[in-house]
Amino acid sequence: MTDSAHKAMWEKLDLDLNAHDALLSVLGKFYGDIFLAQEGRLKGAEYLDFVLSEVHGLRIRELQEAKALGRKVIGSFCVFVPEEITLAAEAVHVGLCAGADAGTELAEQLVPRNTCALIKSFIGFKMARLCPYIESCDMIVGETTCDGKKKAYEAFNEIAPTYVMEVPQTKSAPARELWKAEILRCLRAVEELTGRTITPERLKEGIRLVNEKRRALQRLTALRAASPAPISGRDALLVNQISFYDDPVRFTAKINELCDELEARIARGEGVAPKNAPRLLLSGCPMAVPNWKLPFVVESTGAVIVGEESCIGTRNTRDLVDESADTLEGMIDALADRYMKIDCACFTPNTERLDNVSNLARQVHADGVIHYSLLFCQPYTHEALKVDKRLAADGLPMLSIETDYSMEDVEQLKTRVEAFVETLG
Amino acid sequence: MILGLDIGSRSIELVGVEDGAVTLVRRLPTTFDPLAQCSKLLDGVRPSSLVGTGYGRNLIQRLGLDCPLSAITEIKAHALGAASHFPEARTVLDIGGQDTKAMSVRDGRVVKFEMNDRCAAGTGKFLEYTAGVFQIAVEEFGQYALQGDNPPEISSICTVFAETEATSLMARGERPEAIALGLHKAIVKRTLNMLNRVNLAFPLVFSGGVANNPCVRALLAGSTGGEIGRDILIPDMPDMVGALGAALHGSSA
Repeated sequence: MTDSAHKAMWEKLDLDLNAHDALLSVLGKFYGDIFLAQEGRLKGAEYLDFVLSEVHGLRIRELQEAKALGRKVIGSFCVFVPEEITLAAEAVHVGLCAGADAGTELAEQLVPRNTCALIKSFIGFKMARLCPYIESCDMIVGETTCDGKKKAYEAFNEIAPTYVMEVPQTKSAPARELWKAEILRCLRAVEELTGRTITPERLKEGIRLVNEKRRALQRLTALRAASPAPISGRDALLVNQISFYDDPVRFTAKINELCDELEARIARGEGVAPKNAPRLLLSGCPMAVPNWKLPFVVESTGAVIVGEESCIGTRNTRDLVDESADTLEGMIDALADRYMKIDCACFTPNTERLDNVSNLARQVHADGVIHYSLLFCQPYTHEALKVDKRLAADGLPMLSIETDYSMEDVEQLKTRVEAFVETLG
Repeated sequence: MILGLDIGSRSIELVGVEDGAVTLVRRLPTTFDPLAQCSKLLDGVRPSSLVGTGYGRNLIQRLGLDCPLSAITEIKAHALGAASHFPEARTVLDIGGQDTKAMSVRDGRVVKFEMNDRCAAGTGKFLEYTAGVFQIAVEEFGQYALQGDNPPEISSICTVFAETEATSLMARGERPEAIALGLHKAIVKRTLNMLNRVNLAFPLVFSGGVANNPCVRALLAGSTGGEIGRDILIPDMPDMVGALGAALHGSSA
């Protein structure tokens, strides 16, 4: 991905070329150590490797080509921003990643130091001119999921115009009305940006496309219940991460192929880890590209991750939008209902998440749960205590980890995770 | 002979077990070259297998030994070692050079554990560092602190800031023994939080080098309401518990 055409494109996007080269080389090395070094990988992983190797290359080129044809690019940082609307306006939807320390010192000029790594990362990537996705976006949609993000978008808006959706804090009827109004407001804003009218037909197609994508990911989740585990947690996380920025039709087809391969593998009784390997569910904050630290530490102990209860995981894929409506109003209602099911820790109360974690753990036959909170993420750190209590009542062991993107605590993490895995044996 | 090698941040301990009995005990500081120190410890010993533990547990692969090698975490090692001394143990507290661990255990198995994460606040290193302010050896620091009374509250749990706090208390004319006691209290307070998170139950086994400190022992007894020797059990050579546990793990494998 270092060919000169890419370089020219990055230059046009006004990236800091030297820093960007350095970032890609670190990423490449990371990827080699964490993904390519795995044994017994699926053939379908070639797609993942290719997409990742061209993450700042060919995919960005596709975005530029789409833009040249008059399509717009809409970026978001959260699973509350409805991709269905973007697709209905023939625009391209990208989830902006924010999973690495970059431009941290710069970001700390805009947000306080005790802000989570994810927020600092998206601000840092913009300020350090390292992310070709942010630079390709015609519209960035933020949301009011937590105080950190809410205030960060105010600051971010000064350097990258940001549209903010108001996510309610409860699941009451008036809260749902607010959210429905927000979806409609967003739809109008997207129409204005793209110059396209979102007709019922187009929205229906948008809903269908995103549902298909979620169905493929649901299929993957279900297949991971098999023993021995047919796919590593790292590769499955990567699938979920890629779902946020690859073309949805291509992604869905490729992941269904990968699931076909998994089914054949399961039928042969094969897996990536021995049958008696401890099976762990990850639960908590999203792990955005390239935040592979904890999964790598966990799977290096010989355990295998069999599910991700996170926004880059089942929180984003568990629920589908009802496809039966034919009117715009009906579809917006269906969208509102589906998105209000998201069990984000920003809601109070959020008891359904406890049920969802417990059910998922059972569904994938997890022997234990590792709860992951980003340092300074108040909502999920709070819920770690609640999840712990609930799982204790279920008789399922849980380890609570609080960390960020830095590597300084890797040795301590290893010891804690290994010790947890030892207790399961 | 089956060996347990505990490669810690401050010291390395070696314990050899034959037919369930301890027949070898050695110890050296870790220094900047733990591999060389391990080789010194292993000098003249012909193990049938070796189990590594401690933060440097993976260094055992580089010792050039031709016997079977394996590694377990210090959490498991301390639980096993503590249970061999005191099978009735319900909780194990290990305060080592750079970390503190609290575990609830049943029959030598860890049920739940807590560990300090990034920083060495409240560990042996904290005592070593702050003892330096009083210009006395860490081994004598506990005895020294026991001579204090009315200890001032040390509010910082950061080792570096605690030293600053101690220095300014001295400048204010507080008795140094009282300040030393305050520093010990700060450690025990932090430890107690950890013990409570794993649902402290007696008997509590206290291991690690800091278990040799009489002031920490006394304060731990005071703050948990436990009695030393009945509720709070301290093994002979508490700093060898991790290496012992590793050796015992090798014996049972």
